[in-house]
Amino acid sequence: MTLDSKLPSGPIETAWQRTKFDLKLVNPANKRKHSIIVVGSGLAGGSAAATLGELGYNVKCFCFQDSPRRAHSIAAQGGINAAKNYQNDGDSVYRLFYDTVKGGDFRAREANVYRLAEISVSIIDQCVAQGVPFAREYGGALTNRSFGGAQVSRTFYARGQTGQQLLLGAYQALERQVHEGTVEMYPRTEMLDVIVIDGKARGIVARNLVTGELSVHMADAVILGTGGYGNVYYLSTNAKGSNVTASWRAHKRGALFANPCYTQIHPTCIPVSGDYQSKLTLMSESLRNDGRIWVPLKKGDKRSPDQIPEAERDYYLERRYPSFGNLVPRDVASRNAKAVCDEGRGVGETGLGVYLDFSAAINRLGANVISERYGNLFDMYQRITDEDPYKVPMRIYPAIHYTMGGLWVDYHLQSTIPGLFVIGEANFSDHGANRLGASALMQGLSDGYFVIPYTIGHYLASNKFAKADTSHPEVRNTVASVQETIDKLLSIKGKRTVDSFHRELGKIMWDECGMSRTAAGLEKAIGQIRALREEYWQNVNVPGSSEDLNQSLEKAGRVADFIELGELMCIDALKRNESCGGHFREEYQTAEGEAQRDDEHYSYVAAWGYRGPGNEPELNQEPLEFNYVHPSQRSYK
Amino acid sequence: MMKLTLKIWRQKNKQTKGHFVGYTMNDVNPEMSMLECLDVLNETLIEKGEEPVAFEHDCREGICGSCGFMINGVAHGPERATTVCQLTMRHFKDGEELVIEPWRASAFPQIKDLVVDRRAFDRIIASGGYVSVSTGNAPDGNAHLIGKDTADRAMDAAACIGCGACVAACPNASAALFTGAKIAHLGILPQGKPEQDRRARGMVAQMNTEPFGSCTNIGECTGACPKEIPLEVISAMNRDYLRASWKKRDDDVRTVRPMTEWSTGSKLKIDPNATS
Repeated sequence: MTLDSKLPSGPIETAWQRTKFDLKLVNPANKRKHSIIVVGSGLAGGSAAATLGELGYNVKCFCFQDSPRRAHSIAAQGGINAAKNYQNDGDSVYRLFYDTVKGGDFRAREANVYRLAEISVSIIDQCVAQGVPFAREYGGALTNRSFGGAQVSRTFYARGQTGQQLLLGAYQALERQVHEGTVEMYPRTEMLDVIVIDGKARGIVARNLVTGELSVHMADAVILGTGGYGNVYYLSTNAKGSNVTASWRAHKRGALFANPCYTQIHPTCIPVSGDYQSKLTLMSESLRNDGRIWVPLKKGDKRSPDQIPEAERDYYLERRYPSFGNLVPRDVASRNAKAVCDEGRGVGETGLGVYLDFSAAINRLGANVISERYGNLFDMYQRITDEDPYKVPMRIYPAIHYTMGGLWVDYHLQSTIPGLFVIGEANFSDHGANRLGASALMQGLSDGYFVIPYTIGHYLASNKFAKADTSHPEVRNTVASVQETIDKLLSIKGKRTVDSFHRELGKIMWDECGMSRTAAGLEKAIGQIRALREEYWQNVNVPGSSEDLNQSLEKAGRVADFIELGELMCIDALKRNESCGGHFREEYQTAEGEAQRDDEHYSYVAAWGYRGPGNEPELNQEPLEFNYVHPSQRSYK
Repeated sequence: MMKLTLKIWRQKNKQTKGHFVGYTMNDVNPEMSMLECLDVLNETLIEKGEEPVAFEHDCREGICGSCGFMINGVAHGPERATTVCQLTMRHFKDGEELVIEPWRASAFPQIKDLVVDRRAFDRIIASGGYVSVSTGNAPDGNAHLIGKDTADRAMDAAACIGCGACVAACPNASAALFTGAKIAHLGILPQGKPEQDRRARGMVAQMNTEPFGSCTNIGECTGACPKEIPLEVISAMNRDYLRASWKKRDDDVRTVRPMTEWSTGSKLKIDPNATS
């Protein structure tokens, strides 16, 4: 398949402006004649549904949670980047663009990233106007903090709850449209398949999670804002319900899946404490502004941290990366934490942890200032670990947090199925092989508020839509296949619970396709996952029926998809014989242990096509070109 | 390890009568969260061929607002400012019995076990809990200077996670704290001023349309609130509502009928032979 990425030509600084002018428009009176389905109600889906409703389209929005306000964007803590340069510290759209391309280890599209940086400025304005209570200076101006991978302060925040406040802004805008009657909201409704008629996405099949009813919804276009797939690892910082089902089922209908092996490991999470552990809790990266990361110099030093004198501590990030120090990007911070733990210098009972120490900052600024900045994070840490981070250094360890890969989209955010658009974390487009902190919120809102409303109009204006109703044979076929999967899962009545399979998959993925990967390990993992899939379809035990609220059945469908995705991730990681960003292949590293890219052979997007169960997927390559930021060995020294 | 008895409310659906069922757990790790304790129980139930306990949860970081139930009559359990997902078992004593039941309020109809329907909250927000600014309309972010104290007070109110503990804790099952939190958040900020009257009238009218009780200033709500939303937001709501009613204009307030059904009514007929 040839991939047409629809990238604009000409100077990058004006590319999006020119593209917008060239995009066809839908006349205001005609907008209400078009129906659009939005799946997901997070920052991307929620902002898209609200904005399309404001424009006058007929919108239906779906979420599996009980309310659109629960989407996992709500849990983002640290902040959102924007190139406002309010701090007069040398920021600009170009610098945000540069930092993001470099941070992504030269595996993202330049034009997409430039557009993102450009739009970042409008996002802040829009959110302030909605009443998002961003942090302010005494004089009333917006304030900023620093984040990893940047040497300017461009991160806007609302205490440690920035995602919550931005999501509530989008949710309120969405509810306003619900009240106006332009958006119809379907909570507790899970999309289980996309309906493709004559090669175009024309609707979805969804399951009402309370009654179990399947329903068909038809439209002229479908937008997926369904988030990332970090839960393939079972333990991650994602919400328990976050899943890949919408994306994966679209993939099986023809949407290519790009760069699935690019996953982000967040360096500052609370370490695992036991077998019952259901998820990992993130401590915002913003803590690295004032916290210093260290481990004991000596191996196996079991003294309590206050008994270890300064001279016997290794502030390894400050030592190895003097210019960025504790604010190196996430992939670098995570790998270094793993390295010191592998050397036997990790702390805590399991030895899988490093200290994040605030004593210097508390001495310098006072506990009040630290509490003002991070109070809710400190409280959360104390609630979970029963230790007081004002007195004892926090213990942290990396955990799966975000997935840069996702469904392949062109510059218009359209997948390889015409009429199926993918926004936010669910697509692959903007972060390359590593995402910088505070850029996920930016991308979700950029796609939803400012990109999709233009590009979807172009699609609607450029195509004719034959009437398609629920009697179409494709509709009946899609519904039948969804029903068949549900019936199958309920009929197996094997011996193992869904969660036990999910934990096993997660362990395989974390061990072999996690923070560092090897060809041998990946090959082994592929075999294990195939065997697990076989067993799953013969031995899973899903209790209950399909005709009421059945949380085990919901999980069963999602885990079935995660198993298939896990295999593809390993195949992708095996095929990419280089290290870049979050994808670290042990065979490919510099003498100093940094990721070593191979631009000659791997400067491309790997977009995988589905070829049926158990068949090798098809690899399509989209070459990447860098005309502005020239690929170099990333250095944060 | 601790031994605990969980007396959990089991109810198949709204139509069926519910009852308490006791479950003894012999090896509860004090480090696990209340929800992880239910996970462990559910795994054993599934293995025994029983239906697991349905409970709502998602982020497990205390921010999404999905989770929540009564533990021994207290919303979200005994710890202040803590949702059940972050409540660790070390706060309970070995051998203790915990009575676990869903939020009880007519405005939150039962769905299954510990899961209730909180769509009434969405309808209250839809009736005015926003600033009407369509995408693209915004001036520069620093165009309005907002003092730090003002921004902080707005943030205190905006921290509400919409979990419903306030309603569950209130003897009248009033939604005043929830509604007041949004009215206060937006009313404090200059961006929210133009619609202050309209917002108060709309949201209060919808709140009154739903089967919530009235606020009689008892204050249980703020005590149960995992985000410690202050009681003042209720005064802010009353003040705004009173002033708005006094200045009443005839642009009428539109409420929507509380919807408690989930079925779309149009059950799809699937012919198993349709695939061809």
